[in-house]
Amino acid sequence: MKFITSLILMALLSFSLCIFLPWWSIAVACFLVALSIPQKNWVSFVTGFVSLFLLWYGLSFWMSFQNGHLLANRISKLILEQENSFLLVLITALIGGIIGGFAALSGSLIRKNFKHA
Amino acid sequence: MRILFSILSFLFTAALCYVLDTNSVLKLPFGKFLSPQSGIWQNAESFEADFSDNLKFDQLIGKTNVYLDERLVPHVFAENESDAFFVQGYLHAKFRLWQMEFQTMYAAGRASEVVGDVALNHDREFRRLGLVYAAEKSLVEMENDPTSKMACDAYTAGVNQYIASLTYSDLPLEYKLLGYQPEKWTNFKSALFLKYMAYDLTGNDKDFEMTDAKASFSKSDFDLLFPSKQDALDPIIPKNTFFSFATIQPAVPAFADSIYFDFLKGTIAIPEVEMPDQFNGSNNWAVDSSKTKSKYPILCSDPHLKISSPSVWYEMQISTPNSNVYGASFPGAPGIIIGFNDSCAFGFTNAGRDVKDYYEIKFKDDSKSEYWFDSNWVNTTRRIEKINIAGKPAFYDTVAYTIFGPVIYDASFSGKNNQSNKNYAVRWSAHDNSNEFKFFYLLNHAKNYSDFQQALPYLKSPGQNCVFACKNGDIALHVQGSFPAKWKGQGEFVMPGFDSSFMWQGMIPQSENPFQFNPARGFVSSANQRPTDSTYPYFIGSNYPVYRGLYLNRKLSSMTDITTADMMKLQTSNYNVFAEIAMPIFLKNIRVEVLNENEKNYFKKLENWGFVYDANTTAASIFELTWSKLTDTIYNDEYASKPKNTARPYRSTLLDALLRDSSYKFIDNITTYNRETIEDVVTAAFKSASLEAFQLEKQNKLSWAKYKDTHVDHLLKLQGFNSEHLKIGGNENCLNATKSSHGPSWRMIVNLTPNTEAYGIYPGGQSGNPGSRFYDNGIDNWAQGNYYNLWMMRAEEKNDSRVKWNMVFSKK
Repeated sequence: MKFITSLILMALLSFSLCIFLPWWSIAVACFLVALSIPQKNWVSFVTGFVSLFLLWYGLSFWMSFQNGHLLANRISKLILEQENSFLLVLITALIGGIIGGFAALSGSLIRKNFKHA
Repeated sequence: MRILFSILSFLFTAALCYVLDTNSVLKLPFGKFLSPQSGIWQNAESFEADFSDNLKFDQLIGKTNVYLDERLVPHVFAENESDAFFVQGYLHAKFRLWQMEFQTMYAAGRASEVVGDVALNHDREFRRLGLVYAAEKSLVEMENDPTSKMACDAYTAGVNQYIASLTYSDLPLEYKLLGYQPEKWTNFKSALFLKYMAYDLTGNDKDFEMTDAKASFSKSDFDLLFPSKQDALDPIIPKNTFFSFATIQPAVPAFADSIYFDFLKGTIAIPEVEMPDQFNGSNNWAVDSSKTKSKYPILCSDPHLKISSPSVWYEMQISTPNSNVYGASFPGAPGIIIGFNDSCAFGFTNAGRDVKDYYEIKFKDDSKSEYWFDSNWVNTTRRIEKINIAGKPAFYDTVAYTIFGPVIYDASFSGKNNQSNKNYAVRWSAHDNSNEFKFFYLLNHAKNYSDFQQALPYLKSPGQNCVFACKNGDIALHVQGSFPAKWKGQGEFVMPGFDSSFMWQGMIPQSENPFQFNPARGFVSSANQRPTDSTYPYFIGSNYPVYRGLYLNRKLSSMTDITTADMMKLQTSNYNVFAEIAMPIFLKNIRVEVLNENEKNYFKKLENWGFVYDANTTAASIFELTWSKLTDTIYNDEYASKPKNTARPYRSTLLDALLRDSSYKFIDNITTYNRETIEDVVTAAFKSASLEAFQLEKQNKLSWAKYKDTHVDHLLKLQGFNSEHLKIGGNENCLNATKSSHGPSWRMIVNLTPNTEAYGIYPGGQSGNPGSRFYDNGIDNWAQGNYYNLWMMRAEEKNDSRVKWNMVFSKK
């Protein structure tokens, strides 16, 4: 339950913060959620990772889909040297996931420090 | 231990965020770049995107409605002109901001700021050519005129309002890729853009290359290689037109023969710099009511420029209580450039006159503060150019200005790798004061021929053949620009810069520029050929394309009851008169008996070919290969010992020579004991071309479209952003002058019936966003020779099904 709650909270908070703040506020969001909702460290990491992976996957896929993958095909040709919109969406999601995961892990670790202090 | 882990994990996360937010570690800031809420995904424009908007700005006076149609062409209905130009600026920025800014930075010699020191040579060349200096002068002239100042001020305000509204997520894709931000627009940037066009259309010269040709050949050989007349001549203003006496009679300098027309004297280093395409040409023509089915004039115009994405053109309609005009505009400048209004239509081809000359300068010392001129040491003005470079310290270049103009080449700069210790100043007509904004403003408002004539004097550079047609039946063509009155041969070579007698002695008066008004033949036309025959009393040089004009006039003379469909066929015609004239030389001189089966097969293809450069034909490729081998066979032996890049004869020169004289001097290979005949060289060229053709055929690359390989590249040539391998015919000598990256950049046909009927297309799309479906949606239709209907909308048609979106601009 905590897992699902954290996961949803991280995604919602990330999305909201990014409306006003730079992209890296997703790290702040995941960090704060993991700080407030206790979970095992590795579970926190997984929560952050999965939450942001899904959020960024979902957002970028949806935008790309509505665009007929026109832009994704061009960008992937340019930076990945192959026309592969799926791969670009996947890389986007992975970047979100990794940042989310480590931010959540940091939050979780720091929470435990405070608890033991 | 746990604390250490916490800190490490925290720092690692922060570091990761930093690395993915900057381009100083990885090539791209991948986090920022790929973030769905602000990065490139934001540029993935939905197919259902809604362009309607309601915008309020302080600067506006009244209300402006913009109706965007299904091709995203805006139809602007403004209550006054200032609002119209504001909205035009806003729309240009909304759809083309990155391109506008990049093009003007390129023009200003500031490309290094964006792309790094790969552009340093370009930046130095443009600064030294004085493009910025020219734009500064033009800005003063433009701001002194209340009308053009109003137009530019409003336009600039519109661009800046759009820029001010941008957040990172709204930035055009290219800014995110290259990692920089747009800066404020200024009237100066608009002036820079027009000067860039002047460069593009008058910047090609061969003065250094010709100087080495002069130094390498005897006068008699030189005259054979570079004759001053062209045989197959059908000038823009027909032969036997009467020209009055020249009011300026330039005097040939007393010692021109000894120090200027000095053949076989020392060669010089030819600067290796970029040059605009020498085929920056175009076609335009107008036929009067006697030749059309509608009994109203038809005007056609197709400027040939480098074709790239986003296109140099942006299509729009601008309607105010004073005027209603439709056509192609330049993102970066107010007004419509090539188009039509409710009374008339206008279009341009390049006049191609030589308005850029070089003078060798002798400095007193390395400080370049004084130079020798008319037996005195004269002071230069020095201008320090600071060139900022992305990721590197700035580069400072000192440019000395002389009485002629800036010293473009010297020991510190003569292009890529060819160093010269000589100093050359450039005299370029684009440096002279001018206000081309006013020209376009007046043209857009012209109601009749007299209004058109009033506008003309404002067009000084680049010189253009301006075609005009009016609903009242008038048609006209004026060769317009500010052209120096030169003595014969002046400026064909680099000139001595120590004596005022070599300077330009005056500009040809406006009234003595050639023109034609309602000629008896029922049409006016130009295709960059020589403007007049030799009876025109001024020296106009000899480097003009011949063949498109010949075909155009042949067709226009014979056509009657012309419809817009006939004009589309003509404008996209792939017929090549050069091939028609040259083919007999091949057919007569190739020794069929020595050909193998494959060569015989190719020979048959040439025999049965109708000189049409369609996409699928292979004969065109075989013909072009043969002509190019023949040219090499004939001239390479003579040129082997000459400096690299020495000027070579034009195609038309070799063709004329071979037709006139089958024992043309250069046919003989000077490195052999035998005396080669025309049959020898033509047969050898054909055999060698056949071999290459055979290799191409094996790779399925012999069809003309594949051999030529036309493509429309993104301005930065970004992989994935280009349109490649287009299936399109044509060649520089066909009316469809499509080459590999160059061609008809806007095709327009206007039938001046009471309700104007117009068609047009350009290789691109209205949006500059590579993530938009409007980025390149016109390219395939353009390649196939199709046209769009150009809809001159009326305000009451706002509920028409073609209107897809409505932007409303009003006062805050």
